[in-house]
Amino acid sequence: MMTGAEIIVKSLEQEGVEVVFGYPGGAVIPLYDKLYDSPLKHILVRHEQAAAHAADGYARATGKTGVVIATSGPGATNLVTGIATAAMDSIPMVVFTGQVALPAIGRDSFQEADITGITLPIVKHSYLVRDVNELASTIRSAFYLASTGRQGPVLIDLPKDIQMAEAEFSYPQEVSFRGYRVPGEPNSAMVYQTAKKIGLSRRPVIYAGGGVISSGAAEEIIGLAEKTNTPVVTTLMGKGAIADDHPLSLGMVGMHGTYYANYAVSHCDLLIAVGARFSDRVTGNLDTFAPHAEIIHIDIDAAEIGKNVGVQCALQGDVKLVLQELQRRIEGKPQSEKWLEQIACWKEEHPLTYEQDGDEIKPQYVVEQISELTGGNAIVTTEVGQNQMWAAQYYKAKKPRCFISSGGLGTMGYGLPAAVGAQLGCPDQLVIDISGDGSFQMNLQELATIVQYQLPVKIVILNNGYLGMVRQWQELFHEKRYSQTELIPVPDFIKLAAAYGIKGLRVQRTEDVPSVLEEAIKYPGPVIVDCVVAKEENVFPMVPAGGSLTNMLGG
Amino acid sequence: MSHILAILVENQSGVLTRVAGLFSRRGYNIDSLAVGQTHDPGVSRMTIVVDGDSRVIDQVVKQLDKLVDVIEVSDISGDEHLDRELVLIKVEAEPEVRGEIMQIVDIFRARIVDIGHHSLIIECTGDAGKIRAIENSLKPFGILELVRTGKIAMVRGQKYGEG
Repeated sequence: MMTGAEIIVKSLEQEGVEVVFGYPGGAVIPLYDKLYDSPLKHILVRHEQAAAHAADGYARATGKTGVVIATSGPGATNLVTGIATAAMDSIPMVVFTGQVALPAIGRDSFQEADITGITLPIVKHSYLVRDVNELASTIRSAFYLASTGRQGPVLIDLPKDIQMAEAEFSYPQEVSFRGYRVPGEPNSAMVYQTAKKIGLSRRPVIYAGGGVISSGAAEEIIGLAEKTNTPVVTTLMGKGAIADDHPLSLGMVGMHGTYYANYAVSHCDLLIAVGARFSDRVTGNLDTFAPHAEIIHIDIDAAEIGKNVGVQCALQGDVKLVLQELQRRIEGKPQSEKWLEQIACWKEEHPLTYEQDGDEIKPQYVVEQISELTGGNAIVTTEVGQNQMWAAQYYKAKKPRCFISSGGLGTMGYGLPAAVGAQLGCPDQLVIDISGDGSFQMNLQELATIVQYQLPVKIVILNNGYLGMVRQWQELFHEKRYSQTELIPVPDFIKLAAAYGIKGLRVQRTEDVPSVLEEAIKYPGPVIVDCVVAKEENVFPMVPAGGSLTNMLGG
Repeated sequence: MSHILAILVENQSGVLTRVAGLFSRRGYNIDSLAVGQTHDPGVSRMTIVVDGDSRVIDQVVKQLDKLVDVIEVSDISGDEHLDRELVLIKVEAEPEVRGEIMQIVDIFRARIVDIGHHSLIIECTGDAGKIRAIENSLKPFGILELVRTGKIAMVRGQKYGEG
């Protein structure tokens, strides 16, 4: 016989879990007692939200399922933003929350929160365990659900008495669901039809999203692009699916996409959407989105097909399998020479650019230097806002799983804890959090976690003293009425670094940027680089919300 | 257009919340909902009537199908089907009008299931049109209370000479 707490720990070991992120509290004391003797590595964060983001960053960097533990009530509610972040970006995660004992549920007990209820819209599935005999199979099911099909977070709520109750332990290898099926191979007639369409196209574009990363299909995307000479635009989530400096890569599409990516989508005759969900930040005005194109949609989630945009051809299945099958079927190459010439012309005439004037450091320059110094081989996490968009535009990612950013939910404070998770998942890789002064302050307590586990994360703060993206909108659309967006005083980040025992470097002149970044990268431990950048720099190009992709400001 | 969805779900706590929550979260309106256990005690069947064009219904069906506890979803509006609702109506019925009420009950093939000093309870099953009609017919007598189930529906069996 084993207690519920022991069963949880043994089940995690059976799942091959190496690291869990969590924070103890009253309702998980029995579980933490068993973790004390376990070889499982537990990372103690300083706020539960960070546990969820760190597990999420770990999952994105490694492809494995992230695991989170928090206590009941406030511990559980603090996870909500992190769970929602993972849900929006389809990140595999299993979340364990403590709960008050079964007889105390529903009585507004101390630290009771209906967390399965609260998280209902933001989980793939959830369980409240009512019988210790079902605990092991519940954990097995949760890991299976989180990591298969369209991935996502699964929550298991663990009443305290269940953790202490006893049962025989046997870990099931099989799972069975009556209503859950994992799509695999696509319909072969549809694949044949799609291959034919691609061969007949004159102006094809591949639009690659996060599904390409999660299904491990980067190689297949590049293969398809090269075989058919088709240019590729990526979403924020799809960044890294193809190297940003690949000749067929057009960079990011959408609100802050490149001129040539947006023009290519707006003028193509065939748009091949792969693992992407036609988010409003990508499409702009739906009525003018890809107006000349037939759309092929390849996705694992049937509900994404036709959700935002009507499509002519749908292939439901695992993106990797679909692309492999598609490549086998493709015979004719599109006659796309003229199209590629046109795109080369757009690239030449409207490159991604910024003005390097005066002595102020341009944030784009900082990111460009990071890109050069690392060769695009570092794992970059971002916060949300201007820092995120500059990172997406100017960091030339070489491979998948090395650009980690909160896409769907747009969660400020994500990047630092995500970097913690990424560094733990990939201890030998260079991990850099490209941050803004606002976002950084939303989860800066995690500096303690970084120090505790000696994680050599580099935090580059693009410090402009503003909630920059909102300020940009206020400048462009609200007559510069900067309502509550000046974040003054900005704390002295160097002193803050010192308070945590972290190396701090400040850079205020453009010519010092490369050497300071190099010093930070070479330093064996964590570093905060405070880059004092031009205060009112804007992210361009920009498609105003709801506008057409060809109608860009600053293109 | 109104669509009738027949949904088989795991008979577990929280399933109704998951289904109903999905409707409100994605902005779909439930016109009627009925749920009960099937001949398999592990499975419940929901009948949900929802209004929307075919694109909306397509999304509703796909989103429902994604719920782990949902075993099967089908839109049966296009199939030959039977649908029924049940209504209980407590109507004011002094002795002098009871004969008239009983005639109405007969016409609708409804039943009187309770007799009080001043009231009768009438039970009637049928499609939405019939339920509306009996309700209208009884209104003049004074309806004291009315409760109706949501619609339940089932596709007709295959007939000889088909398929």
